[in-house]
Amino acid sequence: MTKYIGKSVKRLEDKRFITGQGKYTDDIKLVNMAHAYILRSPYAHATINSIDTSEAKAMEGVVAIYTGADIPEAIAGVPCGWQVNFKNGDIMKEPPHPLLVRKKVRHVGDGVAIVIADSKAIAKDASELIDIDYDIHDAVTDPKAAAQAGAPLVHADVPSNTCFDWELGNPKEEVSAAMASAAHVTELEFANQRVVPNAIEPRSAIGHYDTAHDRYTLYTSTQNPHLTRLLMCAFVLGIPEHKVRVVGPDVGGGFGSKIFHYTEEALVTFFSKIVGRPIKWTADRSEAFLTDAHGRDHVTHAKMGFDADGKIVALQAYTYANMGAYLSTFAPAVPTYLHGTLLQGLYTTPKINVDVTATFTHTNAVDAYRGAGRPEATYLLERIIDLAALEMDMDPAELRLKNFIEPFDGVEQEGYVTQVALQYDSGNYAPVLNRALEMVGYEAFRKEQAAQSNGKLLGIGFSTYIEACGIAPSAVVGALGARAGLFESAQVTVQPTGKVSVYTGSHSHGQGHETTFAQVVADRMGIAIEDVEIIHGDSDRVAFGMGTYGSRSLAVGGSAIVKSVDKVLEKGAKIAAHLLEASPDDLDYADGKWTVRGTDKSVAFGDVSLTAYVPHNYPEGLEPGMDFSSFYDPTNFTYPFGAHVAIVEIDKETGAVKLKRFIAVDDVGNVINPMIVDGQIHGGLAQGIGQALHEGTVYDESGQLINGSYMDYCMPRADDLPSFEVDRTVTPCPHNPLGVKGAGEAGCIGSTPAVVNAVIDALWKGGFKVKDVPMPMTPERVWTAMQ
Amino acid sequence: MIPTSFDYKKASSVEEALGMLGDDAQILGGGHSLIPALKLRLNAPGTLVDISKIDSLKVIRDNENSITIGAGVTHAEIAASDVLAQHCPMMGQAANAIGDIQVRNRGTIGGSIAHADPAADWPAVLLATDANVIIQGKNGKRTVDIDQFFKGFFETALEEGEIITTISIPKTAFNRNSTYVKFKQPASRFALVGCAAAVEMDGGSVKSARIGLTGVSEYAYRATGVENALAGKALNADTIASAVSGVTDSVDVMSDHYASEKYRSHLAHVFVKRALMNLSYSK
Ligand SMILES: Cc1cc2nc3c(=O)[nH]c(=O)nc-3n(C[C@H](O)[C@H](O)[C@H](O)COP(=O)(O)OP(=O)(O)OC[C@H]3O[C@@H](n4cnc5c(N)ncnc54)[C@H](O)[C@@H]3O)c2cc1C
Repeated sequence: MTKYIGKSVKRLEDKRFITGQGKYTDDIKLVNMAHAYILRSPYAHATINSIDTSEAKAMEGVVAIYTGADIPEAIAGVPCGWQVNFKNGDIMKEPPHPLLVRKKVRHVGDGVAIVIADSKAIAKDASELIDIDYDIHDAVTDPKAAAQAGAPLVHADVPSNTCFDWELGNPKEEVSAAMASAAHVTELEFANQRVVPNAIEPRSAIGHYDTAHDRYTLYTSTQNPHLTRLLMCAFVLGIPEHKVRVVGPDVGGGFGSKIFHYTEEALVTFFSKIVGRPIKWTADRSEAFLTDAHGRDHVTHAKMGFDADGKIVALQAYTYANMGAYLSTFAPAVPTYLHGTLLQGLYTTPKINVDVTATFTHTNAVDAYRGAGRPEATYLLERIIDLAALEMDMDPAELRLKNFIEPFDGVEQEGYVTQVALQYDSGNYAPVLNRALEMVGYEAFRKEQAAQSNGKLLGIGFSTYIEACGIAPSAVVGALGARAGLFESAQVTVQPTGKVSVYTGSHSHGQGHETTFAQVVADRMGIAIEDVEIIHGDSDRVAFGMGTYGSRSLAVGGSAIVKSVDKVLEKGAKIAAHLLEASPDDLDYADGKWTVRGTDKSVAFGDVSLTAYVPHNYPEGLEPGMDFSSFYDPTNFTYPFGAHVAIVEIDKETGAVKLKRFIAVDDVGNVINPMIVDGQIHGGLAQGIGQALHEGTVYDESGQLINGSYMDYCMPRADDLPSFEVDRTVTPCPHNPLGVKGAGEAGCIGSTPAVVNAVIDALWKGGFKVKDVPMPMTPERVWTAMQ
Repeated sequence: MIPTSFDYKKASSVEEALGMLGDDAQILGGGHSLIPALKLRLNAPGTLVDISKIDSLKVIRDNENSITIGAGVTHAEIAASDVLAQHCPMMGQAANAIGDIQVRNRGTIGGSIAHADPAADWPAVLLATDANVIIQGKNGKRTVDIDQFFKGFFETALEEGEIITTISIPKTAFNRNSTYVKFKQPASRFALVGCAAAVEMDGGSVKSARIGLTGVSEYAYRATGVENALAGKALNADTIASAVSGVTDSVDVMSDHYASEKYRSHLAHVFVKRALMNLSYSK
């Protein structure tokens, strides 16, 4: 019985956001709070000869100034949470990421000193009086160039700047043999450029040491307060976890960049005890550009072989992945287990090998960014298959349909086992593409395209993707190098009056959990949605959690909630049975009451909950109360998939690309709130389209980020985008109780190659047979391709 | 994003503002170029003299032979002006192409030309209008021909302690037949290339043309080669195509990560052509 599930319930959290009552970290003001400004390196690679803080310290209003030398040796820096080994079995190179550098700066923005003052303005003014003598060295920013002989070294003890090399899939000899048998081989070298996450709320952190209780509180703009607490306590500061509370209040977007434990969080926590005042640090936008972990940054060479019929026979991919100067929390997982494992795509490719070299460069760290690895995998596959269609003069949609894996539901038919270490849960791939073709009006479009003659080039591009989310079975990811479990927890507390408080370890920073989770709970318990409150983001209120990323909240966090709700109902049935003088087996639960089957004898949920807390007339041996915690560890990833189609028009004279239509048919399993899912898809599409056409970092020779502001770094805006045409199919996930797969990243994963393919298609049809135009496909780049 | 501290003074007349402009002071107009520069600490004046509340700087006046625009008139007010739409349509087109609604509601024409950003829209447009810039200093008023106003990269004929009070646009046949086209830098939406063209026709041929370009070089300039090449010719695809070839001849074309020198030059040709083609269709 569903009163809420499947309905577009308006987001309960929006009232506070829309009326400006959201409370973000920077909105929090504590008594006697000091403010920190972090003085950062203006150079990408330099040795610090000396730092003189005396003049700055003398400034009125300055509380303290600390540099790397003031941080105890025992605090080596922020840790990496995922270990990947070299092909030869050696552990990856994992140089420390210090809270403040001691001797050498390794990227523009590397923290050199923390200035703590009565106001942020004073801290900033004082920072300008710090005198630092640097020796400047050559820098390298490109992941492939970094591995070449003679490249400047980021860490003296990491030869060739190589963090690790890694390989997955079938042996290379088998792949080469299959490739040799191919009737056609398509080869492509491309970059999946570096992008900046650009959450609208800059990162912010407040550290507060409470002498009375010998206890710290860290307020921080994070996607996972408990994980931050675990990493900071156990691996950085050595403070017992029960002595630290971490709160992630309202958070204005993360896109992955707020998963990671950052140096600033540890700095404000550590120094709050030393200076005896709460310390707030909030990044300004320039700092966000320089220090929020970036995304993507792969350089790839790939080959795909086809038989005479167009069936794929082999895929070989070589990728250089940029780690930046230091390893961020999940950085090593992104180009490996979140990328290499997805190279089966939707296709039956029998032989696949992927070879990844991860390198350090003199740039800000790169880590998971909306999609994390899967967009890179999708980009690789979908670019190369579209190009192959052009080269073989086949229809790109037919070529895909020909290669799709047959449908399987994961119940009657086994999940599909890939060549690259995964077993897909359930899938039915042709319908998403067919539906998209229908929505586009494919045949009519091809006619219109052929007839085009107004100085504009029309193109259509496809992308059919699969992704892995609902991350993840702990044992599986543990075997793959994760240094954490990836379960989720949930506590459901029924108040005596029958109102329900749900404590979830999933963190909402835009996704609408407070609504979606409440819909699930209200329906499952048969109560009104107003009677459910979703609580998240505070380690003192929520016992444990792994947080929100990898489109896992509903699939994993929602499943944990369902487990707890079921425990409540099970206990409720015992109490109800007692009150109704029946056996629990003879009761039905619906509409918020237990009824003795075949009678009109019933008892309401609220009466049962009251009885649980006022247990006068109560089952013998049953504990009072109604409060259950559960942990849910999934048995597999979930595998959403979809088909995206872009239609573009190129102005031949300027090279400007106009996105005319965008069609997305996604299958994210069961849908709890269609409006929220559409919203997630829309946002993801904008982000993926942004990467294709607008976004991308630009570094100069010396390692300066030269487009680190909104005047230079182009974010996609509403007027860059058409009205999206979205639809979906539903293939439930067979292994979680809600049958949901996850919708947070799909839009961003599928859309990028669709747009790029559309531009390439337009160019080919216009007579310009180029294999690639680098992203972002700026007017100049497209124009150049036509010269 | 915190500026260094400064004093703030609000002037209610030009004379009062001139008196407030000491050594370390700077005029604050709409603030949409200055405030970002202060926040990035690229600029750190000791005092800001706010002229945005001076009523006399906020009027558009329709005179017999000219339209005078107060330096404090905002882009949005220009976009909404009927008299400008009638006498100089490129003004409204350019105003509407500036930034976003907030920028247009705050930023002023005087501030824009005083700032002289190489990618700003007004410089190209005002060059095409044959405007005069009226400037007031402690020692009185002077009038600068727009052709003498822009001197270099963020550099103008304005001296220390002077305030632009008025921009005077002549009512001419070429201004009535004018257009502005712009290719936007995708992030900032400033002009990667902007072209203002004003053409007076005599029968079937061009009597006079004024063409201003922005975004192309270190400061806005007139494409006099193109203007001359058009004189006496019909205005059609062929004459335009041959005239535009000289559009970047006498200037150094800028290069940055959005447009190389080659591409920017190409865009300059395309946008001069498009502007002139627009006018070739109109009567
Ligand atoms: C997001 C954004 C997008 C923008 N996009 C565009 C665009 O597309 N095209 C474009 O052309 N511009 C654009 N601008 C700039 C905008 O038009 C500014 O408003 C304009 O450049 C400056 O005018 P202002 O009144 O804001 O001057 P202010 O910022 O107040 O001052 C700028 C400079 O002029 C001086 N000044 C101001 N008034 C006078 C005066 N009357 N006499 C002498 N000196 C004076 C000041 O001292 C200062 O040096 C954009 C700005 C922003 C923030």
